[in-house]
Amino acid sequence: MASVTSQVLRAPEPTEPAKPKRRSARRVSGRWLLPAWGWLVIAWLCAPIIVMIVFGFNNTTGKFNIRWQGFTLRNYRNVFGIDGLTNALENSLGIAAISTVLATILGTFLGMALGRYRFRGSGSVTLLLFANIAAPEVVLGAAMLSMFLTLGVPRGYLTIVLAHVMFSLAYVAVTVRARMVGLDPSMEEAARDLGAGPVTTFFKVTLPIIMPGVLAGALLAFALSIDDYIITSFNSGNTVTFPLYVFGASRTGVPPQVNVMGTLIFMFGVLVAIFGALSSRRKRV
Amino acid sequence: MPESDPSLPPDLLRGLTSARLSRRSALQLGGLSALSAVLAGCGIAGAQHSSLGLSAARAEITKFWAAHKKTGTLDFANWPLYIDVDAKDKNVHPTLDAFTKQTGIKVKYSEPIQDSGSYFSKVQPQLASGHGTGFDLMVITNGLYLDKFIALDYLVPLDQSAMSTFYAHASDLAKNPSYDRGNVYTMPWQSGITGIGYDPKKVGKKITSWNDLLVPALKGKVGMFADTEDLPSSALCAVGVNPETSTPRDWHKAAAWLKKQQPLVRKYYEQDYIDALSKGDLWASMAWSGDIFQANASGATLEFVVPSEGAPIWTDNMCIPAHAAHPRDAMTYMDWVYQPKIAAALAEYITYITPVSDAHAVIAADAKAATGTDRTGLEQIASSPLVFPSPSDFSRLHRFRVLTKAEEKVWNGIFEPIFQS
Amino acid sequence: MTAATIAPPTAPPATGKPRRAGWAAKLVPYWLVLPGWLWLAVFFIVPTVIMLSVSTMTGDIEAGFKQTFHWSTYTDAWSTYSVQFIRSLEYGAIATLLCILIGYPVAYWIAFRGGAHKSSLLFLLLLPFFVSFVIRTQSWNFMLSDNGMVLSRLRGWGVVSSHFHILQSSTAVVGGLTYNFLPFMVLPIYVALERVDPALLEASADLYASKFTALRKVVFPLSLPGVFAGVLLTFVPVAADYVNSSILGGPKTTMIGNIIQTQYFTNLNYPVAAALSFILMAILLVGVFLYARLLGTDDVLDAAAA
Repeated sequence: MASVTSQVLRAPEPTEPAKPKRRSARRVSGRWLLPAWGWLVIAWLCAPIIVMIVFGFNNTTGKFNIRWQGFTLRNYRNVFGIDGLTNALENSLGIAAISTVLATILGTFLGMALGRYRFRGSGSVTLLLFANIAAPEVVLGAAMLSMFLTLGVPRGYLTIVLAHVMFSLAYVAVTVRARMVGLDPSMEEAARDLGAGPVTTFFKVTLPIIMPGVLAGALLAFALSIDDYIITSFNSGNTVTFPLYVFGASRTGVPPQVNVMGTLIFMFGVLVAIFGALSSRRKRV
Repeated sequence: MPESDPSLPPDLLRGLTSARLSRRSALQLGGLSALSAVLAGCGIAGAQHSSLGLSAARAEITKFWAAHKKTGTLDFANWPLYIDVDAKDKNVHPTLDAFTKQTGIKVKYSEPIQDSGSYFSKVQPQLASGHGTGFDLMVITNGLYLDKFIALDYLVPLDQSAMSTFYAHASDLAKNPSYDRGNVYTMPWQSGITGIGYDPKKVGKKITSWNDLLVPALKGKVGMFADTEDLPSSALCAVGVNPETSTPRDWHKAAAWLKKQQPLVRKYYEQDYIDALSKGDLWASMAWSGDIFQANASGATLEFVVPSEGAPIWTDNMCIPAHAAHPRDAMTYMDWVYQPKIAAALAEYITYITPVSDAHAVIAADAKAATGTDRTGLEQIASSPLVFPSPSDFSRLHRFRVLTKAEEKVWNGIFEPIFQS
Repeated sequence: MTAATIAPPTAPPATGKPRRAGWAAKLVPYWLVLPGWLWLAVFFIVPTVIMLSVSTMTGDIEAGFKQTFHWSTYTDAWSTYSVQFIRSLEYGAIATLLCILIGYPVAYWIAFRGGAHKSSLLFLLLLPFFVSFVIRTQSWNFMLSDNGMVLSRLRGWGVVSSHFHILQSSTAVVGGLTYNFLPFMVLPIYVALERVDPALLEASADLYASKFTALRKVVFPLSLPGVFAGVLLTFVPVAADYVNSSILGGPKTTMIGNIIQTQYFTNLNYPVAAALSFILMAILLVGVFLYARLLGTDDVLDAAAA
């Protein structure tokens, strides 16, 4: 739509270069408002993160990490000091790893099919993905719980993995689909003309091209799984994941190790994102 | 099942589950040994027991315990902050290590229980499908959910012959409670009082009764519990009614009291009231006795009061879930903690009401042997009515009401809207 | 945005197997879709149907639940908890509106003034979401407490009384919801604004429109699909959230998500819990499908992929 409009408007070429911008006092004073707002919002968004990072260095005495009591690296040295918390983190990482692999495989195939082929039922599959993404987490979690209750399935590690794959594969699918839509089919045709079978074509031609989309989808699935609270709380049984531990720790006071782990996960995510951005920039060059 | 029937006299129930003399040995002791040599070849077979009946049930339980021996492992599920911890390493529990040294049983300790209701809902599907919970020993509060555990046969009846320490040292509060006559399924872990915890500096005056929480000066600074046991029972005390014998009309009166208080209440808390109270978000709150003690040990300056109108007392009980993998080890531990020395070690850290009144002497002795802040701390514990209530204190403390299924619906319908609005 | 199609090979390749042409090739998309579709069918569609069936059962945890087609559970559930339902929709609407008001200028700023730094600014915007949202909300709980950094300062300046508190109020809950879901609004708007051809802005300037008129008459209408996508991606999860209400809320801020949670885990009243979930889903998904019908699914799916 935008391209059509622009084509229409481009027809009459402007006879003179664009007018020099009038710098009235009102215009200048208005211009800084927008960036100021933007930076204010970014600061607001980052405030709790900064607090979390800072209080990971708090020299807490007693159970509650409430007041600043001095700088220490003790919590970093002792980050695995609380068995329950370490166990919860291990669970979260394990579940995220397994569900990411499964969701990426299933979602990539779905995304490839939707992005590439036109087939009967593609509309309803798209609608299914749409409903899955749009549906509220409470409903997704409660529905799975109802099913497990009815079938008498005990809830625990396995049911959490099943749930996590369920809600992340749609995100992987749409990410890969977006990538597939822009894919030039002549590459694959060329491969086939050169005698490659479909499997070879997939692994040697298609997959490398859509790999950035697959990786983006995998990263998204991993992040969604590590962070999930609502669906997990409905289907976790006795298993405790990291978000569940943090939520339940309010009674005993959230230990500073939670801040430390949150900081480390945050740093890891930041590094991965920066690395991804740098490597894609390098590829473009 | 007969064991859960509270109307059976306790001595009968005790008798059913303890060892008895058999008919055959009685005959032998009668001194018919000479004749018995002749008559040994012939005899009259004992009357066939029917498979239905209390003796048959007792025999099953005895058979079960005879078949289960010590395995060397124990999986223990407890609430947070409910066991002693080493001062340097929070993952080390001195009494558990002492247990391992004495009995050779290794304990895997976890704290998955946040409240009895959600724990019940977590383990119920596992138990219903015949699987174990993964634990051999758990601690459940008396009330709605313990009743459900018992009614659904989700608990293993205890081996009465292995409870000698318990019967020697358990206090009157612990023996033969109304919710488990004859201690068929449970042995108390700790008991506690639900009263009022407050910061005297912020409130400015002493708080002595539930009705002190209706004062407008405390608007937005009062915390109450969001549950259907402590909250209604406290409100019933506040309107001058004993919760255990309350009627539906009393329940409405209590609900009206709570609604009157509602504009002053900052939040109905699950268990995170102690965080808010310590931070200063709350000035006064419904509180559990031991929580206030422990908060003060961590540097807070709160006070706990048992309100003058009366207060609920509850008991957290050790019990063995069905299909436990190591029941004998659980049984050993349960009886072992009733030694006064061990009970004292636990009480010195947990600071709730210990079920072993003999522990008092041990703590007093420890206090004499200690110095400085340790000494004052121990003396405080030894003399605290929150850890060792006196008989007159008990007259003001009331257990939760036992509710039938129909009553439960009415009760929930009256009280839930108050904290779920 | 239509999916590209491939033409089946018109002639079998020189060394290829002739079987590959024709019907086998047509089945490829179905094979690809099958595993993912099966997973969603078993863990998304089937549970929803089962939840519907649970909602009409009667019984209790001890005696078990039996299917009795007891539809009045729905009317009972609605009449008991209509306040919480309506409150959830209210909070959803307010938070979504706040997200638009706060987020639109930010999206505009990044899209039009970002220049070379666009991706860095977006990155900064999304940075907080590398931290678990439970931790973020707990952080707010900590920062906004009565004696915490914010209020103690305000009290020191005499701006607020000693009784004033932000936490445990509907303001705190709505604030938390707005905070946690802001990127869900900013991203779709950004994606839509990104697509606006800058030549259009040049053209409007040439036609003597002021910046503001250009915004009002050109940019905003073109960004509306993004705004609608953002509304959908924000309103639905906000209305169904319960974590913010649980951590930051007090009495009279209970949302329907809290009630559903309590019914499942404290009351063990599975039929009522299932009925409440189903009503919530129906209310929200009706809106979702209406949206999909009218505006198409592409904008939302593109936003999710962004």
